[in-house]
This record gives sequence, structure tokens and C-alpha cells, in this order.
Amino acid sequence: MALEDLYREVILDHYRNPRNKGHIDSPDATAHGVNPLCGDEVTIDLTFNGDTVTEVAVESQGCSISQSSASMMTEAIKGKTRSEIESLTNKFKSMMSIEEDTDLGLDPERPGSVLGDIEALQGVRQYPVRIKCANLGWTVLAEALSS
Amino acid sequence: MTDLSHLKADFPVLENGVHFLDSGASSQKPIPVLEAMDRFARTSYANVHRGAYKLSVASTEAYEAARRRVAEFIGADNPSEVIFVRGTTTALNTVAFGWGLENLQEGDRILSTEIEHHANLVPWQMVAKRTGATLDHIPMTDDFRLDMEAYESMIGPDVKIVTVTGMSNVLGTMPPVRQIADIAHRHGARVVVDAAQLVPHVRVNVSDLGADFLAFSSHKMLGPTGIGVLWGRMDALEETEPFEGGGEMISDVTLQSATWAEIPHRFEAGTPPIIEAVGFHAAIDYLESIGMEKIFEHDMELTEIALQRVGDVPGVSIQGPNNTIDRGGVVSMTMEGVHAHDLATILDEGGVAVRAGHHCAKPLMNRMGVAATARASFYVYNTEQDIDALVTGLRRARELFGMS
Repeated sequence: MALEDLYREVILDHYRNPRNKGHIDSPDATAHGVNPLCGDEVTIDLTFNGDTVTEVAVESQGCSISQSSASMMTEAIKGKTRSEIESLTNKFKSMMSIEEDTDLGLDPERPGSVLGDIEALQGVRQYPVRIKCANLGWTVLAEALSS
Repeated sequence: MTDLSHLKADFPVLENGVHFLDSGASSQKPIPVLEAMDRFARTSYANVHRGAYKLSVASTEAYEAARRRVAEFIGADNPSEVIFVRGTTTALNTVAFGWGLENLQEGDRILSTEIEHHANLVPWQMVAKRTGATLDHIPMTDDFRLDMEAYESMIGPDVKIVTVTGMSNVLGTMPPVRQIADIAHRHGARVVVDAAQLVPHVRVNVSDLGADFLAFSSHKMLGPTGIGVLWGRMDALEETEPFEGGGEMISDVTLQSATWAEIPHRFEAGTPPIIEAVGFHAAIDYLESIGMEKIFEHDMELTEIALQRVGDVPGVSIQGPNNTIDRGGVVSMTMEGVHAHDLATILDEGGVAVRAGHHCAKPLMNRMGVAATARASFYVYNTEQDIDALVTGLRRARELFGMS
């Protein structure tokens, strides 16, 4: 496993230029999470129209993996319903799981066909200590959705 | 250049070629320490201070010999001033709760600093809350030193205890403990020194240092985990109540009350870390066979090289004093555009082990305006090649992040 597979261009791009960065003035849901071991932080604000996420904003600080993961997540969930987001979250968590070897139907010939840019984070699985970085944004999202 | 490279062979864990630059978190263990513990456990082990049988007498003698060795090592005339505890954290909690709850009340002040490890910060917050005392912090200057002018303006008769690190685990800064202690004593305050980073690297003599309490751990000085020391000046220990009750620490017990055993035993409730004490003894022998002066010299030579070569990598900032004056072998760094955790992962791929994060010093990180640093820390087994590997890794990080 080469470091180039971990630090793919798309990850570095999201790290340098995080999408949907900031806060929403009066969000319908919000959550904040910290990884106490490393100090990475993510705050997520959401607005809904019925069951569908209309706006999402993330304020965060941390490493390239936690930041890019959160940024890619915001792009993936905008316009999605709660149940679509739940299914996306499950797919992401299994992609990050070292125990499970679930077939997510990821197509090596067509990268991004299932999870979009997020698939670029597959490389993280080879670095177990960094999995928690990739998961942070998604964990906070789950909290915001249940709040 | 002080050449200690022959020592590397004593550390089995280094055989795979790892560039181990995280001794500030915990040091590796040399064969003589491992062998001493193994030999003792195989031949002389039993519980201490209890049995009337020969094995227990031998075990007690080994445990007490370790106490005398520690006393000698830190220049304490009276071995009873050496209390074996679990580590620096327990030692500092013993002072905070054992001394603090007895001697602090509303209106009193505890003076700490902005550069402390959480172990010398959180216990004092807890004790301040319980006693109604206030907790203030001596600020850090922009060149990563303690602001001594501010300290002199903060000290006063209401300050009952001053607690300060002997060497910052993030910055490497070594505050002028003697001067701090003298000023504190003029105002009648007790002085605590968190020496977790100091004692493993610098010859400490408690009568010169001026502290009333000194805390350090075996595992950062080539010894095993699970044992550390609270040294206290006898009159300061007499003001301290035991923090834990149990066996070993009593003189007499009825159903309603108990009286305490003599110092140090009253502070050592329960079965102590006996095999660890033997390993700790062997670690001190090992350090002394090299010589503490030589160890510090070697640390500082590596630090000087690291400050220069790491500082030369574009985008890297040293987070700590940029010279070798009054500092130890701890070099923290940040790289523009690359987070410390990413640095640590990339360095690890090159076999370089560093610590990345807030180093259990979040208030200091806030003061420095950084969320995390990568930290290299040196010890006897490190060489110039370890620093070269570090620098190679730092340059690789820039490359990977498209900044070469």
C-alpha cells in the first residue's frame, strides 16, 4: 500500500478546499463531535424540507482525512432523504470496516460509481489508526440526524 | 559528537530498524532491565513487608533497595522521602488531593503555568473546585518561556502552592525551577515539580532544585510501566494526608478508625509494584553507567541537529525554543498545509515513530494557536540517522501534498 493511495488528489482537493464550509444561521439540526484522542473537531448544521436535506454546512478542523471525509460527505447527502442518507452511511461504514468484507459493488473500472468521490477514502482502511478520522464527520452526521 | 550508538544493541525492539522518536511518551527498555525483572521474578519474588519467610524478606529487601537507589539518584538524603506510586500522574494527584485538600481553603491560590501537561493541570482544577481555592496560570512568553515577570506579579501571600513542569513535554522548555522555588518559598508557598520529562534526561539533585515535591515515572527512563516516584521533603510529606487507604499503609485499624504507618508506607496502600521496582532500579543503574551528564549532552547534540535540519525543511515551524538554551530533547513541529496526524502517518511509512496531537496539553496548544503538533523526542538510543530519516519523511510529506 503506497501513501499515494491514501493521499489521493481528490482527498487533498477536498482538504484544501472544503465544500459547504461554515454555519447555517438557523439550522433544523446540528451536532458537534470531537475525537478526544487527536482533537479533530466537526460541527454539522442541517436544514430539511420534509425528509430531504436541503442545506448542509460543516465547520471543522483536523487532518486531511477527517476534513476531506466530512467535505465529501456534505456533497453526497445534499438533496438526499433520511433513508437514502442512512443507506449511504452504512455503505461508508462498511467501506471503512476492516473486519467486514462486504461487497459494496464498488466497480474498480468506474471509480465513484457507487459512493462518488468518497470511494477515494478506501485507502484509509489500510491505516487502521486513521479510520476514526474518516468516520468522524459521519458519526457527527448521525448525531445531527437523530437530534 | 557524543557517540552512544553502541547502546542500540541493548534495545531489542529497535532491531527492526524503527527510528524511535517518541521517548517523551515512553522509552524503550534495555536488556539489563528486562533481565533484572525476569531474574527477580524467577528467584526472589513474594509480597513485601508481610511474610516472615525468607522469600518475602528477600523481596522486601529488593524493593527497599530500589527505594534507596532512587533516593541516591536524585540526591535525597532520606530514602523515606521516596514514595513509590503508579507514575507521575498518581504522584501529582497524591499531592493535589493529599496535600491540597488538607491545606487549601477558600481565598487561597494555586499557581500553575500555561505550559503544563494535563496531569499537572486537571488534578488542581479538581482540588480548586473542592476547596474553593482559585487556580491561576503563569503565562508563556512568545518565545516559549515562562513569563517570570508575570510570575513575580502573581505571587503573593495567598498563593499556597506553585506547581510547574521541569521540562515541557511539548516545547522542551525547562523553566528556571530553582528561581521559581526561591520566590515561592519567600512567600511561604510549597513548590511541586512535574519532572516526568526532566529526571530521565537531566541530573536532578533535590536539594539544589528547591522543590518540595517532585514527580516522575520509571517508564520514561528505560524502566517498566506501572511505577513512578513522588519525592517529598519530609516536612512537606508530614503535611500530606494519604490519598488512598488500604493494606500496607496503616499502623492500627479498628472498625471505626485507623492510624497511619510511617512515611513512606502510609502513601503506599496495597501491594506495590515490586517487580517493577526491581526493573526501575536496573534502569537507574543503566542510566548511571552511561552518566546523566553524557545523556543530556547527547540529547542536546541531537536537538541542535534537529532544530537546524528540521527547521530547514520549507514550511516547517519549530513549536518551541529555537535554540538549545534551557531546553531538553523534545522538538515539536508543524508544517504549513499538512496536519500533524498526516505527518505522523507519512513518517511512519518511513519507519519514523513520532507523536502527533495535542500531547495532553490542550490549553498550551490553544495558547500556541495550533490544534496539533508532531513531536520528536530523543533518548540514549537515538542517532543522527534518526533525524535524517525524520527530515526525509518531512520532505516526502511536502511532495505528497503537492508542495515540493
